[in-house]
Amino acid sequence: MTTKQASKFPSAFDVAPPVGAEDWQSLYPYYTRFQEGSRVEDDGKFWFCNSQHWPTPFRSFDTIMLDFAIKGLGQYNSRHLLIPPANGIEYRVLNGYVYFSPVGVAPEDIEARVPHFMERAGYYYENWDSLLVSWKKKVLATIDDLNAISFEELPEIEALEVVTGGVGLDSSNQLLEGYEKALELCYKIWQYHFEFLNLGYAGYLDFFGFVKEQFPTIPDQAIAKMVQGVDSELFRPDDELKGLAKLAIELGVADTLKSGSVDAVLTAVGKVKSGDKWLAAWEAAKDPWFNFTSGNGFYSTDKYWIDHLDIPFGYLRDYIARLENGEDIARPTQELIAERDRITNEYREMMDEDAQEVFDGKLALSRMVFPYVEDHNFYIEHWALGTFWRKMRELSALLSKQGFWENEDGMFHLSRTEVRDVLWDYTSAWAIGSNIHGKGIWPQEIERRQKILEKLQSEPPIPALNNPPDVITEPFTIMLWGITSEAVERWLEADEDGGGLKGMAGSPGVTEGTARVLRNPDELGSLQKGEILVAPVTAPSWAPVFGKIDAVVTDIGGMMSHAAIVCREYGLPAVTGTGNASSVIKTGMRIRVDGNKGIVDIL
Amino acid sequence: MTSSAYILSFADINHDDFARVGGKCASLGAMTQAGVAVPQGFAVTTDAYQAMLNHGNLLADIKQILDVLDFNDHDGAQQSAHAIATKMTSIRMPDDVEQAIRASYDAMGADLPVAVRSSATAEDLPDASFAGQQDTYLWVRGADNVVAKVLDCWASLFTARAIAYREKNNIPHIDVLMSVGVQKMVNAKAAGVAMTLDPANGDRTRIVIDSSWGLGETVVSGTVTPDNFVVEKVLQEIIDRTISDKHMELVGDSEKGEAVERDVEEERRNLPSLSDDEVLAVAVLAKQLERQYKTPQDVEWAFDADLPDGENLVALQSRPETVWSQKKVEKPKTAYATGMSSIVGTLTNPYGSKKA
Repeated sequence: MTTKQASKFPSAFDVAPPVGAEDWQSLYPYYTRFQEGSRVEDDGKFWFCNSQHWPTPFRSFDTIMLDFAIKGLGQYNSRHLLIPPANGIEYRVLNGYVYFSPVGVAPEDIEARVPHFMERAGYYYENWDSLLVSWKKKVLATIDDLNAISFEELPEIEALEVVTGGVGLDSSNQLLEGYEKALELCYKIWQYHFEFLNLGYAGYLDFFGFVKEQFPTIPDQAIAKMVQGVDSELFRPDDELKGLAKLAIELGVADTLKSGSVDAVLTAVGKVKSGDKWLAAWEAAKDPWFNFTSGNGFYSTDKYWIDHLDIPFGYLRDYIARLENGEDIARPTQELIAERDRITNEYREMMDEDAQEVFDGKLALSRMVFPYVEDHNFYIEHWALGTFWRKMRELSALLSKQGFWENEDGMFHLSRTEVRDVLWDYTSAWAIGSNIHGKGIWPQEIERRQKILEKLQSEPPIPALNNPPDVITEPFTIMLWGITSEAVERWLEADEDGGGLKGMAGSPGVTEGTARVLRNPDELGSLQKGEILVAPVTAPSWAPVFGKIDAVVTDIGGMMSHAAIVCREYGLPAVTGTGNASSVIKTGMRIRVDGNKGIVDIL
Repeated sequence: MTSSAYILSFADINHDDFARVGGKCASLGAMTQAGVAVPQGFAVTTDAYQAMLNHGNLLADIKQILDVLDFNDHDGAQQSAHAIATKMTSIRMPDDVEQAIRASYDAMGADLPVAVRSSATAEDLPDASFAGQQDTYLWVRGADNVVAKVLDCWASLFTARAIAYREKNNIPHIDVLMSVGVQKMVNAKAAGVAMTLDPANGDRTRIVIDSSWGLGETVVSGTVTPDNFVVEKVLQEIIDRTISDKHMELVGDSEKGEAVERDVEEERRNLPSLSDDEVLAVAVLAKQLERQYKTPQDVEWAFDADLPDGENLVALQSRPETVWSQKKVEKPKTAYATGMSSIVGTLTNPYGSKKA
């Protein structure tokens, strides 16, 4: 007889789907699901919900981001750099949420990887700047290639030149190849994403550990403040809007910008005196800085500024109003630099001479690698993935026109493999001269999937599955997701006392206020001045709202999460990684956020 | 306030004057000159004390009593100490000394309440209380009373305990000199101490503040459980606070001319004695003093109810912290890991993996 040991968190196999979403598995590929055949193996692993990157259940097509991201992360750990203790991360989807389980290296194999790692990673650290220059070139070339893809409807008849030129092929090739090309470029983008990232985190983690050893009680955010850049490209889109607001007032065109649709206003500005100057600045800012998502780039539902100019325009109007109110909206970069230096020097002065020398070395490495950790986000998630999504929407619109689905959103409810079938359906029906088959299938199927997704999205995720290990040692889990042994303890405690909200002290300060719970970036407009933003996770492009809120609370994220970074920048208290604040706290509740201790109280 | 051989205004105390004014007054002088807000006042120098000893037969009388003293006879020692104190306080101090004290006191303002504190010169000795150095008289008003309290301070060098301590440590009794500080009394709304390290573990990234209502003597003497605030020194953020039940406070009684204990009314007992801004102001002051003296400090401070907000925080004393500062910092047994091998170590045993 076997006695079943009670797990601290439930088994994936015991978690019921939400009512009405029983068939959720049909939305995701087999390799992303917990399968009965591997039950023993999967139950033996600890899985944590990555709601930082996938805060809500996602559509079938969006699995592409999960697949490519995790593959890219893994390949650098296990095949390029041979990170001694860490391979990649296994992933599963459960009820539409993403669960991770890091794959460690067997203790006896770690040693053999060390010399490889030292040689390979060492090469990157030594040649960081020059490798980064070529990285940017590769990424920009990939973005250019994505932009060069165009999807054309298949013609009624092929052009005469195709015949007289003896081409021997038809127009379907550009369509089929274009799709494959876009997937391939997206795949490349994700590999580039991880080329430097884990090394950047490792460099920072090394500095972090050293400082913690010197000053065991030092707040995490103090260490972050020593390395954080103040000129990260992630702040550029927001800074551009501030600049445009200022310019509008200087040129006397602010009043023209204040009301009306974006198109109408832009036309109107063109007609007023000096309006052309402002328009030129607006156009210059758009490319590339409005390639900026209000999400995190992982979802086909993401709204990029450049495709939804009403989003930056709303922020712009807000900035104009604040400027006219006499507020200073500029980021105080000089003060931030001075503050960073002050903090660094004061801690340094408290060390002995030997430690100071080591500190200087590690700080220099950290400051060298850290800009990548922040800036890559703009190039990959915002710019490149934004371009990818735009191309996919063009394709979806084209297929919608052929009758496969109702609007340009339809394709994203299909898996990327199913899209290949649809393209074939279209191509072959066109060649044969028959009707497409998908017309009678996809609209109903999309509706079915849409309904399942809504059910999935209505329930928050379980934070983790099965038994946590005694000690969490996987470095990237700790660094990227803030999942430490302590964090897991907190989730368990929260479960027991049913509402204690402890998280990480993401950004210092204490404040009380009214909560506004946002589960979706579309709801950002509902935020009122002085409210406390509570969300599963925040994205860098939410920056403009940070100027009007008083504090931030997130479900997941460590000291390097976007919320923590931006809050430190804006001087707002933040508690991150609470596990479930966005479910426990309701909009309108009075809450107290203690960013020094990482505690949120419902008052 | 004019300075002379017997009197040194805090503003005139130089580093060279240390031997003449004792540690406490030297510190007040240094703080005054560094621009730290310190209540005004002056030191009655050791020259004045020596003039007193050489006045009439006092020195000879003291020596005579001490010569016959049997230190094993506890009661006898008490009697001898009492005899010396009586001798000291019953004779008038030299005219020129007394006139100098009176003139300096009057120059501070008519009938101004002051604190009169002893300031001994044997600061390097570890037991700071040996010479009656803790002798402090609060809320003293009028020149007559000030002169009397100066005498009391001098006499405190000859308490039985002080005499026994010197005897045990082979310190010649007459070599220890006493200066006395006379300082404007602070009408403290709240006061306390601040250490620029955590006294529990020597953590130098923290400033630990004890605070209570009224004058800070209740905090120093431990008669009240004070509020406790922990401030992160570099970020200047309050990271911990414990608000205690502060049942009584020491406040000035103008009529009696002394500080009196009184019960704190019920509704105020459990309120924080400092606002967050005030906690941070104390922390900034303590940090400034630590930087100035280049070693961790133990600072006495007060908020003066008579001064406007923003200018009402004053330092009463700052002295080097002695417990942790003198401990040898334990060096790590192995050299710090650097470069790639350190990164390998970090990855195989990351900081966050250690259970708190």
